[in-house]
Amino acid sequence: MRVSRGARIGLRTVALGYLTLLLALPVGFVFYKTFDKGLGAVWDALTTPNAIQALELTLLMVAVAVPLNTAFGVLAALVIVRGRMRGRALLNALIDLPFAISPVVVGLALYLLYGRQGWFGSWFLDHGIQIIFSTPGMILATVFVSLPFVVREVIPVLREIGTSQEEAATTLGASPWQTFWRITLPAIRWGVLYGVVLTTARALGEFGAVSVVSGKILGETDTLPLYVEQRFQAFDLTGAYAASALLAAIALATLLLMTKLQPKEART
Amino acid sequence: MIDVREVTKRYEEFEALQDVSLHVPAGSLTALLGPSGSGKSTLLRVIAGLEEPDGGEVLIEGEDATRLPARRRGVGFVFQHYAAFKHMTVRANVAFGLKVRRRPKAEIRQRVDELLALVHLEGWADRYPSQLSGGQRQRMALARALAVEPRVLLLDEPFGALDAQVRQELRVWLRRLHDDVHVTTVFVTHDQEEAMDVAEQVAVIHDGRIQQVGSPRELYEHPANDFVMSFIGPVTRLGDSVVRPHDVSIVSEPGEDTREALVERVAHLSFEVRVELALDDGRDIWVQLTRAQAAELELEPGQIVWVRPAYSTPGGFQAAGSALSVET
Repeated sequence: MRVSRGARIGLRTVALGYLTLLLALPVGFVFYKTFDKGLGAVWDALTTPNAIQALELTLLMVAVAVPLNTAFGVLAALVIVRGRMRGRALLNALIDLPFAISPVVVGLALYLLYGRQGWFGSWFLDHGIQIIFSTPGMILATVFVSLPFVVREVIPVLREIGTSQEEAATTLGASPWQTFWRITLPAIRWGVLYGVVLTTARALGEFGAVSVVSGKILGETDTLPLYVEQRFQAFDLTGAYAASALLAAIALATLLLMTKLQPKEART
Repeated sequence: MIDVREVTKRYEEFEALQDVSLHVPAGSLTALLGPSGSGKSTLLRVIAGLEEPDGGEVLIEGEDATRLPARRRGVGFVFQHYAAFKHMTVRANVAFGLKVRRRPKAEIRQRVDELLALVHLEGWADRYPSQLSGGQRQRMALARALAVEPRVLLLDEPFGALDAQVRQELRVWLRRLHDDVHVTTVFVTHDQEEAMDVAEQVAVIHDGRIQQVGSPRELYEHPANDFVMSFIGPVTRLGDSVVRPHDVSIVSEPGEDTREALVERVAHLSFEVRVELALDDGRDIWVQLTRAQAAELELEPGQIVWVRPAYSTPGGFQAAGSALSVET
């Protein structure tokens, strides 16, 4: 397609302007506002016991949800693309459910199932396990909302690489297990990695679903996003900005790490 | 040695293989030749264990392999698009089969070096497949398949993705390699010239059935049916007969058995001259002449000549009335 010089500059301006206004400016402004009052204030705001607890709980969410959804995501993608079982289409559709349903509804559904009066909730409570208004419920919510990312990233890569490398490995004597570890997984690794980054970002930032099931007990069931809101409501803008900046920094670090890990030929 | 016995394979409504039986002698080089969609690749994949037949048996070296998974069949398989392990070096690619068999490291190293020398890739061991040309990749794939000392070597359109010149080189090279290694080899191709050039035995497949099995010469001289005749070499129609274009004589005077024809075009291709004519009944025919024959006749477009069948070899095939589809 031939585009005139004027149109090209126009397109570029629109694209960059859009990105600046909607992405770069808000995120940049959070950082700007955070350090407005100096580093000391930020440090103080982030080292309160409540802030540290929120950070720890957030990292725990990531530490559980990411490995779980990575393993499940790769498995589900393999079943959907390579499998022959019935109901693959259904599984494929089901996986998008967390994208389709509002996180608040997810939170409510978990509350109904695992709450004091819920189907499973009373059984767990009888066995001394509290799920809602406690860490297990928040983990469930986080795993739920961040489930589709790895599957969605891996499926197109699996389709693209085709089956011939796996077939070659098979004829060379590799067992299905060896074929997976030595051929399939290395071939899809960038898809998996990208899925992991997106899962991490979502697990870090999830607000709605976690908010419903957490009960927001200060210093106990706060994650960083919940903590940001709580500081904001309490008119502690420095605290809110500092926690926001921390969240954004972790997410950016994850993105950077991925770019660093990727080899040159995959970075195009 | 491979024995395929009454193998059938169906995909939904489509019958890919119907009652196919084939004997591949030990140490031979056999081609499965057919147009696309004929079932030739399916047959190769059934032999390898990459497809499960709906019926019939596959025997490898006399042993029933029908229910054996591909990895236990002892086959080497070479794919049309190389199926190179992209994240591994050439050395690691070739070593793969030995590695999964947990052979000692020193042995693997020595064997891989031998194979790389065999396929002329000695200097390329530490490169990645993306740094290799198509021909080099396919030689690497061949070394990889040979590394595990397969009982049979199966190649699925091995030169199909390469350009003409590399194709030609690899053909000669495969032929020589087979003379050295002498492993029972089956390769699939849709290119009749490739099949005739490389193979000792050719099995022509069409519509999921084996049409004829024989040496290249047998197939050319004694085709079993219309399809084989038209697929194995060029054909043209003279009256009710389907003949090879070099089995038609052009003469300047009418005589016994001759028909009048109008020269429409004379094309000088390499050593052969291709003459296109219109017969007295309006049908077109084309004739292959040597340069000397053409020079003697001094053919010009617009000239009236006479043609007649001149079977230099037996095997002119009487067409069964129906129009022939020439798919070459």
